[in-house]
Amino acid sequence: MIPREFAYERPESVADAAGLLRSHGDGARVLAGGHSLLPMMKLRLAAPETLVDIGGISSLRGITDAGSYFEIGALTRHADLAGSDLLGLACPVLASAAAGIGDPQVRNRGTIGGSLAQADPHGDLPAVLVALDGEVTAEGPDGTRTIPARDLFRGFLTTSLAADEILTAVRVPKAPHSTYVKFNRRAQDWAIAGVAAVVDGDSARIALTGVGAAPVRAEAAERAFWGGNAAEAAARAADGLDPPSDAAGSADYRRHLARVLTLRALEEAIGG
Amino acid sequence: MAATVEQGKGIGVAALRKEDRKFLTGRGRYVDDLKLPGMLHMAIVRSQFPHAAITGIETSAAMAMPGVTAVLTGDDLEFAAGVPCASNPTGQMVHPTRPPLAKGRVRHVGEPIAVVIAADRYTARDAADAVEVGYAELPAVLGVEAALADGAPRVHEELDSNVGLVLAHRTDGVDEAFARADVVCEATIRNQRLIHVPIETRGVVADWNPASDELVVTSSTQVPHFLRTFLAIVCGVSEAKVRAIAPDVGGGFGAKLNAYAEEFIAAAASRKVGAPVKWIEERSEAMLATCHGRAQIAHMSLAATKDGKVLGMRAHYVQDYGSYLQMLTPLISQLTFLMSPGAYAIPEVDVKVTNVYTNTVPTDALRGAGRPEATHAIERSMDMLAGELGMSRTEIRRRNFPSEFPFTSAIGLQYDSGDYGKTLDRLLELSDDRETFARRREEAAARGKLLGRGLSTWVEVCGFVPSDVARNALGLTPGGWESSTVRMHPTGKATVITGTSPHGQGHATSWSQIVETELGVPFDDVEVIHGDTAFAPYGLGTYGSRSLAVGGTAVHLAATKVRDKARLVAAQMLEASPDDLDFSGGVFAVKGSPDKRTTIQEVAFRAWQAFGMPEGVTPGLDETVFFDPPNCVFPFGAHGCEVEVDRDTGKVEITSYIAVDDCGNVVNPMIVDGQVHGGVVHGIGQALYEEAEYDSGGQLVTGTLVDYLIPSAADVPHIETHRTVTPSPTNPLGVKGIGEAGTIASTPAVVSAVCDAVGARDLDMPLQPMKVWDAIQKGGAR
Amino acid sequence: MKSAVTMTVNGAPRTAEVEPRTLLVHLLREHLNLTGTHVGCDTSNCGACTVWLDDEAVKACTVLAVQAHGHEVTTIEGIAANGDLHPMQRAFHEHHGLQCGYCTPGMIMTAIKLVEAVPAPSDEEIRRGLEGNLCRCTGYENIVAAVRAASEVRV
Repeated sequence: MIPREFAYERPESVADAAGLLRSHGDGARVLAGGHSLLPMMKLRLAAPETLVDIGGISSLRGITDAGSYFEIGALTRHADLAGSDLLGLACPVLASAAAGIGDPQVRNRGTIGGSLAQADPHGDLPAVLVALDGEVTAEGPDGTRTIPARDLFRGFLTTSLAADEILTAVRVPKAPHSTYVKFNRRAQDWAIAGVAAVVDGDSARIALTGVGAAPVRAEAAERAFWGGNAAEAAARAADGLDPPSDAAGSADYRRHLARVLTLRALEEAIGG
Repeated sequence: MAATVEQGKGIGVAALRKEDRKFLTGRGRYVDDLKLPGMLHMAIVRSQFPHAAITGIETSAAMAMPGVTAVLTGDDLEFAAGVPCASNPTGQMVHPTRPPLAKGRVRHVGEPIAVVIAADRYTARDAADAVEVGYAELPAVLGVEAALADGAPRVHEELDSNVGLVLAHRTDGVDEAFARADVVCEATIRNQRLIHVPIETRGVVADWNPASDELVVTSSTQVPHFLRTFLAIVCGVSEAKVRAIAPDVGGGFGAKLNAYAEEFIAAAASRKVGAPVKWIEERSEAMLATCHGRAQIAHMSLAATKDGKVLGMRAHYVQDYGSYLQMLTPLISQLTFLMSPGAYAIPEVDVKVTNVYTNTVPTDALRGAGRPEATHAIERSMDMLAGELGMSRTEIRRRNFPSEFPFTSAIGLQYDSGDYGKTLDRLLELSDDRETFARRREEAAARGKLLGRGLSTWVEVCGFVPSDVARNALGLTPGGWESSTVRMHPTGKATVITGTSPHGQGHATSWSQIVETELGVPFDDVEVIHGDTAFAPYGLGTYGSRSLAVGGTAVHLAATKVRDKARLVAAQMLEASPDDLDFSGGVFAVKGSPDKRTTIQEVAFRAWQAFGMPEGVTPGLDETVFFDPPNCVFPFGAHGCEVEVDRDTGKVEITSYIAVDDCGNVVNPMIVDGQVHGGVVHGIGQALYEEAEYDSGGQLVTGTLVDYLIPSAADVPHIETHRTVTPSPTNPLGVKGIGEAGTIASTPAVVSAVCDAVGARDLDMPLQPMKVWDAIQKGGAR
Repeated sequence: MKSAVTMTVNGAPRTAEVEPRTLLVHLLREHLNLTGTHVGCDTSNCGACTVWLDDEAVKACTVLAVQAHGHEVTTIEGIAANGDLHPMQRAFHEHHGLQCGYCTPGMIMTAIKLVEAVPAPSDEEIRRGLEGNLCRCTGYENIVAAVRAASEVRV
């Protein structure tokens, strides 16, 4: 219940934050909404020496309609995503995934940037970003770069962000025919498996949650979808998957869920 | 039931609860809300291994931290006795010794090894992490099968094996019954290990005053009086110097029906450091160190005729005790044993319970405590038997209900009253007929959903317990009576002091209703005091659905005694014979002269003034009654559950739940319904979501509320409640317990429905989607 | 390394010296003696600690006190005006939406925000809206009834 001691910094700009991360080195962690990091600290599974709280940097908040895509500040909360009419119409995969994260109080604090940087294999937003072929902006002491979704997620709780880089913004294309289907036991639980599906005419992009150490593109299913055949695509959704086995689901069951949920997601996306 | 005039908020009225306002406004007083001058905080260093010898404890780094007052180990705190167990079913059972702080050996992950006392809880926690314990690992015993295997390592070296106790009862004709049966139905049914999870964890503030040598312990407990006695015994002090207080308690469910190591440690530590000591359990600590429940396997065998009459039952239960005996550990499977035939007149039985030690947290009472296990095993068995006979699940039950009450089971319990067919009839009236259900099932199938429905017809034993039974049949150390004082004040208000110790059950409301009915003192003029051993006559606390049947009866009897005395005083005041007085609505009136009257309040004032009292009548209106029940009570009912199973994922949704219960007369129907709602959802939690799991290394896998899944509002259905009323002959109120009923009834009803949906014979709980999906694949479901 | 944090709590400015690691719930309970906000878990699951931070329901066990610096916090002690119960508190009383009372403050703080966001919620919406608040006593039946009733009488 009680975190270990740490030093606390509350920079007012991204540049200051990045500078603090560099000067504090490996012992520093970024604090955004805190809903992944603080529970781990309370269980003493994480014990950063310094927390760099970016919560005061108001420029990192908000959803901007930039024509063909949305620019979303890293501190935009799940509640903001779920409640955005703009996203609900033009990028329902993101809105629906955000609406299913945790519970209302968690959604009032947890942020898109935090969820992506955490890269939990059972988190919903990484697969959404991959399915949307989105990208993130990373700012560090050495400058700003763009990281495409396919290069961001490297494995279990691991991203390609450098230790002194801050994920500041997320860009996702508009995708009116898209959705996220999550499967869990209780309403507030993490996903046992989830499917983000983005349909664009005859083609689809499909990414899976909970079946690997990082979100997995269902490429065989995407190829099989060509022309709009959701059933064909779903049948191939588990091809090449090597999912984990645990109390919530065996590898076989997760493969099965990948197929079932892919069908549901594609049908909903097409209908939407 | 006594002849009474129903008043505004007397017995039978759904009176709103008088205890609510403080909770609604954040003014409840739970143990963690207590701050005492100079109070220090305790954190506990716990075993990281399931079985190990302690080779050393290095405390110097912790002691050196600013704000740390003391680091105490088993060598620093002396106790006069170990953690107590108050149950010895055979009288011959060996109770392994367990010092509150480990001495040289630990037997489960989470066992207390050392404590840190510090100025605040943050410092205490940091310092606890700085204590280094050296361990030499010993082979651990995990799971009852492993514990019973030849050559298994032993949890307790002083015992010959890991078997703690075997209970057995066999009637003479059981072999013959099986020999002449047309069918024998066998099954192995697992009742998984559970964790209680009251939303408030345990916590204690111990305040040992070095000047007066008085010990005041405020603890989140269901049993303050037991706690006081055990504190005196374990800490080796005069019980007269010990005061135990249960403040507002945030749920119990059996988790707080105990006297725990931490309560004794906090008391001893307070004496050692000369300051009040507070310990508040963290949730992940609670998962590791508070008792668990259930953890039982039933091997069932029913012998029946082809027309569904059960001739005999063989039941062999294997109970996982965990590593030690807590307060009532042996009682729990004993209750399973006693209720093994459930709601059925089974003439011949062969029942055995093998109780086994393992290197896990001790198991003890969890809402229902042994009766849910018995009910689940017999109800599932009846379903399976019906399947083998091609008979409906309702019909097989009807054919085996007892026909007359009181009914004495083959185990020897006397079920006090009942009409099991009546609750089943009511359930069927409330449910769709076969044709409608079949049509709906087809419609659901078109949506990819498998519809199923199930039921249970349950009975339990509760209202614990006649003291002779406690001693002679159950082997309990304490008796089973309850006490109450009813006191009239000179101003006409009343105080009830009760030995029960509520933690959500609404005793202040229900006991006030009883007093209003008996004395005519308005509900709002009655105050109820509980939970403080300094005020109350000795009581036994709240557990086992006993409070109303035993404690409520004590209130009723004390109020009756007050009324009887008031009648004598009133007669003197009205210059009439006591026999010539009518009493109604708080008014004594002379028969035939209704204007010659006086109120109970006026009588109370006169009894306080105490002049001109009748010959032999003492001053005051203040009566205490100790009530020892002549029998237990046996509430019963029929629960029906309907589910939709997602054919493609195996996920279960309960779409309808109907409870028809009979708990005799009802004091407050709103509170009774609330108890049923909570109990049913607790059982749904067991049926669908909850399981405490250890890995092969003896580590608890489900150590937080992320992994141990208790249901939220979004995960459970609307619960429909109905009642029939069959008064109990056991007590003058005609009441039975209801706090555990829902938990007892619901697991078999849910499993019955899911098995019906997927075409499975039986499934072990919890019914997580993967398991149900596997069953669909195997079963060729509809 | 304590530092001063200042925030408005139940309408009044409050200041306390805390460590960076001090959780908001501990600031409220231990420093400000607002013990109506409870702790029921250590993983942000149970919701017993729910308060409003800048008028939104949050779990005070998963917010650092320093993160609330300069903000506005409302607890269960702050919602009853002039001694009258808030309509949600009254509805919990009238519908027996509480038993042991431990989850009740957090449940009420969440429920008030729920009916503000969804003015005439269905039972399904109520249940989903309360998914972050665990109760072990009531089976939620009467909590749902209370929230439904409060949504109907809300002024």
